[in-house]
Amino acid sequence: MTDVIVAPSKEREAGLAGIGSHRKRKEDPRLIQGKGQFLDDLKLPGTVFGDFVRSPHAHAKIKAIRADKAKAVPGIIAVLTAEDLKPLNLHWMPTLAGDRQAVLAHEKVHFQNQEVAFVVGEDRYAVADAIQLVEVDYEALPVVIDPKKAMAPNAPTLRDDLTGKDNAGQGPRRHPNHIFNWSVGDKAATDKAFAGAAVTVKEDIAYQRVFPCPLETCGCVASMDPVRGELTLYGTFQAPHVVRTVVSLIAGLPEHKIHVIAQDIGGGFGGKVGAYPGYICSAVASIVIGRPVKWVESRMDNLSTTAFARDYHMTGELAADKDGKIRALRVYVLADHGAFNAHAQPTKWPAGLFSIVTGSYDIGAAHVAVDGVFTNKAPGGVAYRCSFRVTEASYLIERMVDVLALKLGMDPADLRRKNLIQPEQFPYKSALGWEYDSGVYPAALEKALKAVDYKGLRQEQAEKRKRGELMGIGLAFFTEIVGAGPTRNCDILGIGMFDSCEIRVHPTGSIIARLGTKSTGQGHETTYAQIIASELGIPSDDIMIEEGNTDTAPYGLGTYGSRSTPVAGAACAQAARTIREKAKKIAAHMMEVSETDLEWDVDRFQIKGVPQKTVTMKQIAMAAYSNVPAGMQHGLEATNYYDPPNFTYPFGAYICVVDVDRFTGETKVRRFYALDDCGTRINPMIIEGQVHGGLTEAFAIAMGQEIVYDETGNVLGASLMDYFVPTSVETPVWETDFTVTPSPHHPIGAKGVGESPNVGGVSAFSNAVIDAFAHHGVTHMPMPHTPWRVSEVCHRLGIDK
Amino acid sequence: MAKQKIALSVNGKKIEASVEPRTLLVHFLREELNLTGTHIGCETSHCGACTVDLNGMSVKSCTVLAVQADGGDLKTVEGLAAGGKLHPLQEGFMQEHGLQCGFCTPGMLMRGYRMLQENPNPSDEDIRWGLSGNLCRCTGYQNIVKSVQYAADKIRKEGAPKP
Amino acid sequence: MIPGNFDYHRPGSVDEAAALLGRLGEDAKVLAGGHSLLPMMKLRLAEPKSLIDLGAIAELRVIREKDGVLQIGAMATEAALIASDLIRRHCPLIAEAAALIADPQVRNRGTIGGDIAHGDPGNDHPAIMLALGASFVLRGGKGERVVAAGDFYRALFETAMKADELLVEIRVPALRPGTGASYQKLKRKVGDFAIAGAAAVIGIKDGRCGHAAIALTNVGPTAVNAEAAAALLVGKAIDEALIGEAAKLAMSACAPTADLRGPVEYKTRMAGEMTRRAIREALKRAKGG
Repeated sequence: MTDVIVAPSKEREAGLAGIGSHRKRKEDPRLIQGKGQFLDDLKLPGTVFGDFVRSPHAHAKIKAIRADKAKAVPGIIAVLTAEDLKPLNLHWMPTLAGDRQAVLAHEKVHFQNQEVAFVVGEDRYAVADAIQLVEVDYEALPVVIDPKKAMAPNAPTLRDDLTGKDNAGQGPRRHPNHIFNWSVGDKAATDKAFAGAAVTVKEDIAYQRVFPCPLETCGCVASMDPVRGELTLYGTFQAPHVVRTVVSLIAGLPEHKIHVIAQDIGGGFGGKVGAYPGYICSAVASIVIGRPVKWVESRMDNLSTTAFARDYHMTGELAADKDGKIRALRVYVLADHGAFNAHAQPTKWPAGLFSIVTGSYDIGAAHVAVDGVFTNKAPGGVAYRCSFRVTEASYLIERMVDVLALKLGMDPADLRRKNLIQPEQFPYKSALGWEYDSGVYPAALEKALKAVDYKGLRQEQAEKRKRGELMGIGLAFFTEIVGAGPTRNCDILGIGMFDSCEIRVHPTGSIIARLGTKSTGQGHETTYAQIIASELGIPSDDIMIEEGNTDTAPYGLGTYGSRSTPVAGAACAQAARTIREKAKKIAAHMMEVSETDLEWDVDRFQIKGVPQKTVTMKQIAMAAYSNVPAGMQHGLEATNYYDPPNFTYPFGAYICVVDVDRFTGETKVRRFYALDDCGTRINPMIIEGQVHGGLTEAFAIAMGQEIVYDETGNVLGASLMDYFVPTSVETPVWETDFTVTPSPHHPIGAKGVGESPNVGGVSAFSNAVIDAFAHHGVTHMPMPHTPWRVSEVCHRLGIDK
Repeated sequence: MAKQKIALSVNGKKIEASVEPRTLLVHFLREELNLTGTHIGCETSHCGACTVDLNGMSVKSCTVLAVQADGGDLKTVEGLAAGGKLHPLQEGFMQEHGLQCGFCTPGMLMRGYRMLQENPNPSDEDIRWGLSGNLCRCTGYQNIVKSVQYAADKIRKEGAPKP
Repeated sequence: MIPGNFDYHRPGSVDEAAALLGRLGEDAKVLAGGHSLLPMMKLRLAEPKSLIDLGAIAELRVIREKDGVLQIGAMATEAALIASDLIRRHCPLIAEAAALIADPQVRNRGTIGGDIAHGDPGNDHPAIMLALGASFVLRGGKGERVVAAGDFYRALFETAMKADELLVEIRVPALRPGTGASYQKLKRKVGDFAIAGAAAVIGIKDGRCGHAAIALTNVGPTAVNAEAAAALLVGKAIDEALIGEAAKLAMSACAPTADLRGPVEYKTRMAGEMTRRAIREALKRAKGG
């Protein structure tokens, strides 16, 4: 027990650098000195290299594969084809969506650049030479690229392997190229509201196929120890434990003999959630060859074959009163899933959380129907920096509100004001079944409008329009649904989407904590340490966070869908609280008082009313290993598996101002203001960084990104020349702001933030560009808003002269 | 293919090696010299993650042959800190949160290192143009610009660090 | 994304390089900055048996001025062009265009000679050279010859250069007083090729156009010399109406191919818009603006 003058609580609290601190990141020292450990940096002794022979065709029969010449290249060890994998039953792998995907094309290829053979050699130079020499005879088949044509009566059947199966994993199919139909909402009530509505609007709104494009591509090193029968799989995995389970199920290896390790990852944004043929082929090759096998994707392969995002073709309808009160929403979606149904969603949600589509508005009735179809495109359907299909949903409703505003002749801000869910309505039950946890929407909107002088902007716009100049103001008021999720409605392969944290306090009072998530740049090593610091009164500097090693970390579902803070962050706080409970017992024992006499003060327990009588957490830590009360086990650690009671619902108000060059179609974002409410803010510096990054990705999507196919299935522009990743020159300057509405059900009130800026951003950019043409009666323009697309509108309107 | 001898200085150290003519400089650094701080993000000279300093110029090492660097003076991110002290740019990136996943960071640092010698008093706009050959997917560049300004300011006040 | 095998040669002089090229013939490729050739080799779209690297030939990097003509060594990098006082004084257009090419790192390697000799209509220097009336010094086994830029480009990736010839020097007449020049390049982002680009050189005497040249980037199989558009301006006082007419003529000289930058119709329109902007700016500069 200490009986000294104790520094004031505030000072001690600041010393912890816990929740709310702008502390610098713990990850940075290694990363700024070139000492990060990314996948391709790993060099196990004897490692060989593998890479793919890929199909030039989008749809073709494979008649023959000849690899003799390739095998004759010095240094080439093996060339694997589907025939080699077949005896192991590994030529196909199950997808997360209940379908299957070819590991190496078997009999047929279904999309361009599909994996056909895996060449393994001593180094990547020899492998590149040999890939050229593998000869494959193809017989081209008719191709389906347009999802609208996929279910035509005479459309060619793409998936012969599913012939006769009326279920591709997610419900009944009604056409050989159909995957599922999913609907939600009260159709009758919605139809009724539309029938009686004073005003209705309808718009076709497509969200193009895009790709997350993290700066590091996917890769793995598979290392089989034949003596121990153990497989170690290093890789760029956002969800290492899921990979372990999937590999165990696919390869039939006992799960305890599989060690999955994700080291530093160079960005993920959803693209590193799934299992790719490269992982399976590397593992098989390592088992066959008995040496570690490394596979690292090229950027072109990454852009053209690794899981895409979006490709949602939506039709939105709103019904409203004359004064703008929205009564009902109806949405139909045609979802292009590519060649295999391999999208990464919680199992029960074939369209992810798309039913958040009523957005931030109090809409009485709504109905959504989604059809998924196969096309000859790369498989996928990942959440590219958004919770599952939330960006599609948010884009749809934010666009539709603008469409309605135009029809009513109302200002888009006024129409939003009129329909926002009011603070007293929380917890708010949406027409499509969600229970929004908390929000003060009107205050956020007003703060945003005031910050940019919205009225002034509209005045300026009116003046510019008189002069024939194009200026657009885009609003978005988004509501995210993140933190998947409650295990009652969220699972992957049947495994509930909880997450986990194990905390061990060492005798000297420093800590190691391990979690089931995996940072890909979000700064988990820093923010989790901050949560624990505040909960346990140990400085975050003395807390080490470890993720990514399935041998040591408790089972978790990984990092995506902004779930790390809402789920694993909660596990962190809960595990810490368990430790604090035990610490309290030890403290009482140390001070020879009753537990009820103690109260917590930042980093110590003190006897109520006697602030100089304290024991610090550090002292308790030592006691936990040396002086515990009778009957108590030694040690100071806890593990928590957190099953969130609900999702969290971050929200925000974004405003974008854009100038359009009517002669060239170029757009220039003059100003972008982003107000985010992510509940309790753990590290404001990191939050701001997340918002900057998310806005930049939203900017890229809205203004230029698209994976384009020609009608024969060639994927066009699969390089960073064509696929739009903006440089520092194109990227706007961001203004960030915030309000704080804690989540009532989260232990520290945090909601998650990484994906909000992408969800809100895309709508704000797109609304701004289209608003520039509102006075010409333009209701919608397809994304991405590239110069030529924008110019087409100018030209059509005759305003480019 | 016959290997060719090359001799060059890497981070102040004399290196002699035999390489195939087709060996890319970035592979030579990463595979032969084990300097894995220099990253590969695209292979087509767009992303800049492989940026190193060669003979006083920023170059993309994915599009330079190792044989072309023969006789050259090369600096990589591993050679940026000197005398046990971080370079002001490294410090700047940490202080201003100029990195997230850290994959682009070595290229950004090496480009920033040269840019500040080309222009010690850059405006934000100058920095954006100066870094326009380096892509970042995480930060949105805003804090990278601040990081470079932090370093420029520190170098102005305290002088350039000794190599 | 790894090039095939090749022999590597690094001659120390132009004579040595020319002799090597003569000996190795069509199996050899000349390596200048390498930022077009090496990516093509990585994609195995080019698989030369030998590479002749001009990087060690110091004389090819020299930029000088003689009797009103800029003589630019073929291996002068884009960065060197931008930094050159001589170019800034005698023909700033070249530096202005160079700054719009690729990005800082690529400009440190990429050379004017490589850009010109590659025959890629997306490259920016060809149109600049056409507009400036430049000529190219080619060195082969049989000695040197000089080819006018207007006679150099034959077809897509096809030039007047023979397999045993090297481009060694670019000669550009210095801009005369009363002449203005401008290059306008529309692109999607830093590092991109032009959606369309236009170079205009306008000489003004007594308020009328005494000399005009207009050339376009990336809107045909080669850089496009919009001669009719330029001819329309000569002898006239240039006003907006005339600029519009010239732009229409420039557009009629275009034959772009559709790609992700846009369809033919858009690219053609943009060639017109870039032409308008280039003429306006060149005119302004010619008048001392």
